[in-house]
Amino acid sequence: MTKVIVDGIPIEVPNNASVLQACEAAGKEIPRFCYHDKLSVAGNCRMCMVEITGSRKPLVSSCSQPVMEGMQVTTDSETIRAARRSTMELLLINHPLDCPICDQGGECDLQDQAVGYGRDCSRFTDEKRAVVDKYMGPLVRTVMTRCIQCTRCIRFTNEIAGTAELGGIYRGTSLEITPFIEQGIKSELSGNLIDVCPVGALTSKPTAFHFRSWELKNTDSIDVTDAVGTNILLQVRGNEVMRILPRKNDDVNEEWLADKGRFSLDGLKRRRLDRPWIKKNGKLVEASWTETLQHVADKLKTVSSDRMGAIAGDLCDAESMLALKHLMNALGSSNVDCRQDNAYYDISQRGHYVFNTSIAGIDDADALLVIGSFPRQEAPVLNSRIRKRWLSLTEQFPIGYIGELPDDPTYKVDQLGETPELIAELIAGKHPFSEILKNAKRPMIILGHGAITRPDAKIIFEQTMALAKTVGAVTEEWNGFNILHHSAARVAGLDLGFVPQGQAKDIKAMVNGGVDVLWMLGADEVNLSALPAETFVIYQGHHGEKAASRADVILPGAAYTEKSGTYVNTEGRVQRSFAAICPPGEAKEEWAAIYAVAQLLAVDLPYHNIDSLRAYMAEINPVFAQLRLVQNVVDVNLGDNAQGNFEKQVLRAVISDYFLTNSISRASLTMNECSKLRYAVSAEAAE
Amino acid sequence: MLSDKDRIYLNLHGHDDWKLAGARRRGDWDNTKDILALGRDAIIKTIIDSGLRGRGGAGFSTGLKWSFMPKKEGPLPHYLVINGDESEPGTCKDREVMRHEPHKIVEGALLASFAIGAHTAYIYIRGEYYNEANRLQVAIDEAYEAGLIGKNACGSGWDFDFYIHRGAGAYICGEETAQLESLEGKKGQPRLKPPFPAGKGLYGCPSTINNVESISVTPTIMRRGSAWFAGIGRKNNTGPKLMAISGHINTPCVFEEALGLPLKEIIETHGGGVRGGWDNLLAVIPGGTSMPMLNKETCETVIMDFDGMRDVGSGLGTAGIVVMDKSTDIIRAVTLLSKFYKHESCGQCTPCREGSNWVLKVMNRMVEGRAEISEIDMLMDVTKNIENTTICAMGMSVAWPVQALIRNFRPVMEQRIIDYKKAHGGVSQIQVSVDAPIGG
Repeated sequence: MTKVIVDGIPIEVPNNASVLQACEAAGKEIPRFCYHDKLSVAGNCRMCMVEITGSRKPLVSSCSQPVMEGMQVTTDSETIRAARRSTMELLLINHPLDCPICDQGGECDLQDQAVGYGRDCSRFTDEKRAVVDKYMGPLVRTVMTRCIQCTRCIRFTNEIAGTAELGGIYRGTSLEITPFIEQGIKSELSGNLIDVCPVGALTSKPTAFHFRSWELKNTDSIDVTDAVGTNILLQVRGNEVMRILPRKNDDVNEEWLADKGRFSLDGLKRRRLDRPWIKKNGKLVEASWTETLQHVADKLKTVSSDRMGAIAGDLCDAESMLALKHLMNALGSSNVDCRQDNAYYDISQRGHYVFNTSIAGIDDADALLVIGSFPRQEAPVLNSRIRKRWLSLTEQFPIGYIGELPDDPTYKVDQLGETPELIAELIAGKHPFSEILKNAKRPMIILGHGAITRPDAKIIFEQTMALAKTVGAVTEEWNGFNILHHSAARVAGLDLGFVPQGQAKDIKAMVNGGVDVLWMLGADEVNLSALPAETFVIYQGHHGEKAASRADVILPGAAYTEKSGTYVNTEGRVQRSFAAICPPGEAKEEWAAIYAVAQLLAVDLPYHNIDSLRAYMAEINPVFAQLRLVQNVVDVNLGDNAQGNFEKQVLRAVISDYFLTNSISRASLTMNECSKLRYAVSAEAAE
Repeated sequence: MLSDKDRIYLNLHGHDDWKLAGARRRGDWDNTKDILALGRDAIIKTIIDSGLRGRGGAGFSTGLKWSFMPKKEGPLPHYLVINGDESEPGTCKDREVMRHEPHKIVEGALLASFAIGAHTAYIYIRGEYYNEANRLQVAIDEAYEAGLIGKNACGSGWDFDFYIHRGAGAYICGEETAQLESLEGKKGQPRLKPPFPAGKGLYGCPSTINNVESISVTPTIMRRGSAWFAGIGRKNNTGPKLMAISGHINTPCVFEEALGLPLKEIIETHGGGVRGGWDNLLAVIPGGTSMPMLNKETCETVIMDFDGMRDVGSGLGTAGIVVMDKSTDIIRAVTLLSKFYKHESCGQCTPCREGSNWVLKVMNRMVEGRAEISEIDMLMDVTKNIENTTICAMGMSVAWPVQALIRNFRPVMEQRIIDYKKAHGGVSQIQVSVDAPIGG
């Protein structure tokens, strides 16, 4: 720790802190534009000037100056104020000052700081500079004349996103920030450019001119479009989510949010199921809740317990899954499955199906092997964490990759091969990369769904565990065995035991005529082609897709923005979201509808409201009792070296179209446009 | 006056052979092995004792700069970078060294690299110096062939490689950290200091950046001793220095002269006097155009060295003297400089990027007088703001010429404004395009 004196206040800060950080620690506000906590220091806006006693220069930019023992810093004096006023004046001479028509208005750093340091009128009487707008794809709108060249966006793409798509061209007053080739930003994190831009140069294109920031009310929520569990803020006007922003959580998402989570929001208003439907004479007709629930209850009464089953989809909250499982069990059926993609999990121990290292733990790892996963698309925010670790200069971070690479992973990987046989080779020590893993103190292995949704998933899984054991990835202090999930409901489903036990039918059996009544809870990604016509399908969910059109009864549900739900992310972190708006029409929270059916069937569920449901949930699995924290599972009992033969086929990433993975994003026009742009271009290139 | 025996650059004007044979005849590469045998510390001490101040403009002690390098080579290699990006208007001294005394650079590079523990040196030559780079390459090839550099340079046991990098024509790449960026293949933009290049320079390795002249005088200092060098000129302003004189004088030239001579004597002897006689003198820019100009009264007495120039509120800079006689439109002359600095601003930091443009726009109007008298004060205020807040010294280059104009020639500016108002019926401010030709 270093002791510095800020405006007479003695304060201790870490040795590598900057003067700006020291000033903040002392409670002094330093105006800044280019400085950003998570980006490298550029020091180019010259707004954060302070005085340091004994310095050669009269004014020092505090963001770029490291602290020194006993340093005396002055954050406010006439000289400093004059310098800041001058910088503000210079920034404004070429700024269009079009705040009334600027989407950044009300949350603009330039606006805010102009209140403190701006002049009342301009001394600049000559003509202003204008800059041609740049095309950055369907998500980011540009008004480059507003740009103050702070280069935060350049640093974001270079450092966090890892796509290096932006840069500055020309020089001096002609300097322009530009995507070199104007084909749209290719990063899955491009929405964060809007957040890092301190002015209105980069704003959200889909929601341009839709709202003013001061009209919005905030609700804390959790992103469900991937399994990272990104902490988000739902910004609402009336009964409409206008914008989704990331919340800061250094353990999960730092300050970032993936594009799918941010821009799917228009999908929340399209193709919604807003009233119950019953199929009569082969045609769905509108019905009342009373009639529909009775219809469901009557149907369930007619079938034997082993002829009914339930499937849970990828966006479900833990509460509704618990209620549905509970109902099924009470009716005597164990035919429940939350694995739409048929993945193989060993649910005997929690450590076998979660991301044990934890996202923040990636920072401490010193080697990584990725098997059958492509984190850039399955978990973009987690991928940026891997990149951050890879970029760190203190220690090398070798990354091995087994499987087919669909795109640039944004860091350098050593592609060991494309087939799972390599796992056996690594165990046997026949491959040079096994030395790297063995020598690493804290190696990580990420097993993705590209590997565990194959026919040979069990062998791959067990061999990977054996590999983790061989290279010492799991010790008392470190757990480097990780499963990377991409669906938000999966870990909660596994924690709740929403999988067939013993002789119960799994999803494959259920959709192949194994059941007569199939309850589909938001299960939109199941292949229903083999489902016999006589199977009675109850679809409960929020979007009308294929499963809903096949349904005999539709129970309209609430999307994640419309209910308070519990979600468990890939790390096994239990997080809770809050309802920001009401569900549309007559749609209802799923657990409540299930509860109502149970009542009609005279099944006594041991809860009657959401709080007692949650208390019960914590009872049956204590992990649900602890919110926001990761329960570290240090499990040294890895399975024995299993024998079996691998399939010959190549390991492929499980997501083929990043933008269209769930019912909300598929309903979103923005996401469809992104998908068309991204994948049409690559299809053209392939030809 | 510098006596002939004290001259370092014996072939400054290219009357003799510039190749290795000629250089050897003039004393270069003589016993270089013995100098290297003195060891790193002795070389640095000699250079410090000689009082050699950097010849690139800032005037920082060269020996002291070398002493900041890590004493022992760590895991990262050390680098020497020689700054040959001579882009300051009015300055052309390094070009003569590259043309006619290239072996002094190569030998100096070897000595300096040895002194800072570098096995590799780069010279960054401005792109326009095409022929100069070719000549230097010939000299480097000769030196490699003769075993003077390369593996076991001069038989000293020290391995030394020397590379030429040619710039692409940006003034800012003459700033030391922007030069490092450019050498690394990036956009030439100055870096933040700290970290200083001695700790984290080229490719993140400890590096020293020296001007061509600073490097090329070191072999002679090592041969003739620090006392000889320190004996020329005043205290803290020692040694002979290459100077250039141009503008409204009778004989523009590059010459070597002792520091500490009166400016008037230099103009009279080397420049052949001001065009039309001394009384026709209007102003002199003493050291490259970024230094503030001096008026005639100051020029009568000022001493041409670092401290002498500092005392009158200017600077020696690169000692590229620009003389202007009374036929000069001084406002237009300074506007030309503003246009240059606006064009060459890298655009990284706010004050220089926005300020250089603003200053030019106002100056464009000042040339015609299409301004308000109060704008003169505003211009002074704006330049004062730019000067102190930029990342590199470019802010000063933008500010100082304009400040000096206002300090020395304010009545001329005011008169121009009054005249314009008279001629145009009191109309004062009219918008003008930045690309409009200067002076209308």
